[in-house]
Amino acid sequence: MGATFAFAESRDGNLRKVAFEAVTAARQAADASGGGEVHALIVGAPGIAARAAELGKYGADAVAVAEDAGLERYSPEVFAATSAERLRTGAYRAGFFAASAQGRDLAPRVAARLGVSLASDVTDFEIQGDAVLARHPAYTGKVIVTLRLVGAPALLSLRPGAVAAVEQPRVARVEAVAPAIAPGAARVVVTEVSQRSAAKLDLGEASVIVSGGRGLRAPENFKLVEDLAAAFGNAAVGATRAVTDDGWRPATDQIGQTGRVVSPNLYVALGISGAVQHLAGMRTAKTIVAINRDKDAPIFKVADYGIVGDLFEILPRLTEEIKKARASQ
Amino acid sequence: MLKIAVCLKRVPEMELRFSIAADRKSLDQGGLKYEISDFDGYALEVGLRLVEKEGAGEVVVLCVGPDGVQETIRKALAIGAARAVHLKADEVPFDGLAIAKALAAELKDGGYDLILFGRMATDTASGTVGPMTAELLDLPCVTALSHLEIANGRGTARRDLEGATETVEFPLPAVLTIDEGIARPRLASLKGIMAAKKKPLEVKPAQLGQVSLTVEAMAMPPERAGGRIIGEGSDAVPELVRLLRTEAKVL
Repeated sequence: MGATFAFAESRDGNLRKVAFEAVTAARQAADASGGGEVHALIVGAPGIAARAAELGKYGADAVAVAEDAGLERYSPEVFAATSAERLRTGAYRAGFFAASAQGRDLAPRVAARLGVSLASDVTDFEIQGDAVLARHPAYTGKVIVTLRLVGAPALLSLRPGAVAAVEQPRVARVEAVAPAIAPGAARVVVTEVSQRSAAKLDLGEASVIVSGGRGLRAPENFKLVEDLAAAFGNAAVGATRAVTDDGWRPATDQIGQTGRVVSPNLYVALGISGAVQHLAGMRTAKTIVAINRDKDAPIFKVADYGIVGDLFEILPRLTEEIKKARASQ
Repeated sequence: MLKIAVCLKRVPEMELRFSIAADRKSLDQGGLKYEISDFDGYALEVGLRLVEKEGAGEVVVLCVGPDGVQETIRKALAIGAARAVHLKADEVPFDGLAIAKALAAELKDGGYDLILFGRMATDTASGTVGPMTAELLDLPCVTALSHLEIANGRGTARRDLEGATETVEFPLPAVLTIDEGIARPRLASLKGIMAAKKKPLEVKPAQLGQVSLTVEAMAMPPERAGGRIIGEGSDAVPELVRLLRTEAKVL
């Protein structure tokens, strides 16, 4: 029997999708080690405890909630100390974090505090006796490394979207805990969070991403990309580095080695040639569609479905057909 | 006076074609060329600019690895670092905690105001060594920052989240990891390259300690069953939509 731990990330009083993914992974790991309990941790401002029951839906047996008025924003030191303290309270087999902006900051700190190693940005894992094997795309996604983690707890951060959240409902016990250090004592303080686009679906949370490259020719033509994204209903819009460098789209929309790394169910690449840096950010998408005028563009080598031709002719028709297909369901 | 450490990693040039060695758990070394990891180049530039602005101080470069990393270290010295420490290890483990321990042992009594890292090394793509080193040294730490100002012993940084930006304040000394784009890295001048040959380069054994994260296997990513062009022009659209619905089942 091995209990497992999941850190459940929240923002603005709500749990993020990656929180359900971390709990799902912890459930899978616990079941694979003989069916232990899954213990989750939420850290946030007062009121966040109301969200704890949602984690039971994904297989959490117990949820510890550390609430404090000083934790409305991320506090690296408080979050790390509290996570480490929870992990010390039980004989945990494994602990899961998200490889999100927050999780990439948090998980290594927790690992160092516990003196254990961390497998980062993991796309897939398995429990093998005393070890955990974790797969991680490295070398700009050109090499898949299988890592062997020994010792307990084995800590892993999961690439957002790589482990699909699966409902395995149970009623979770909810327990209030105190933050391991007082938020006022933290040396590093987040003084402001500026939301760039609150209404926009985040690239890491979207199941469909429609992305544009230089083939769009001008920033105003991204309207066509946005129209297609809207037709899918639940799509986010991404871009290549060439496009964000030129200021056609915000830098935070960049998908690739130096931008966001995404694993949506469907990735639609429009006017994107498929440079290795871009492929590093999207090649783990489940299905890839590419539309490009150059039939020799490298993007077609990774695309499940490709159409060669003029974007400006194809896109409006695709948008219409997607709308029709979705309406007929 | 600002004393800044910049921790660099030597990585293979990512543009090259990689192949897996016969042991199935390492890269075939044949034909590999090496460079300073991208993000570390930005960290070096940030360090140099801060010292220049302060008007007094030095940038010290640290690098863990085999003798071959001295070439990388000389590059950093040519770009402008004052001196360097080579923490010698036959190979650099994948385990970020082991590397952090070796760096922390060296940095502990160094009296540094700032310890800079790249956001992650482009080879292992893990981004763990910086924040782990900070924890081992019990220093304040901000990761993946895209903007930085230092004044009166305090720093203000910005870091990008998904769809938002955080502003973070912290006291010095601190550990920071640097995202790309913060400042365009300078190139080494001929004068710099000549001067680098005479700059101090200290060699010490790396105290890596126990490694508990190891590479079990390396493989090329599964070839996507890609390369399937279903048609040309907008006439191919109905077929695409049919495949998305019936085969890929994403609609």
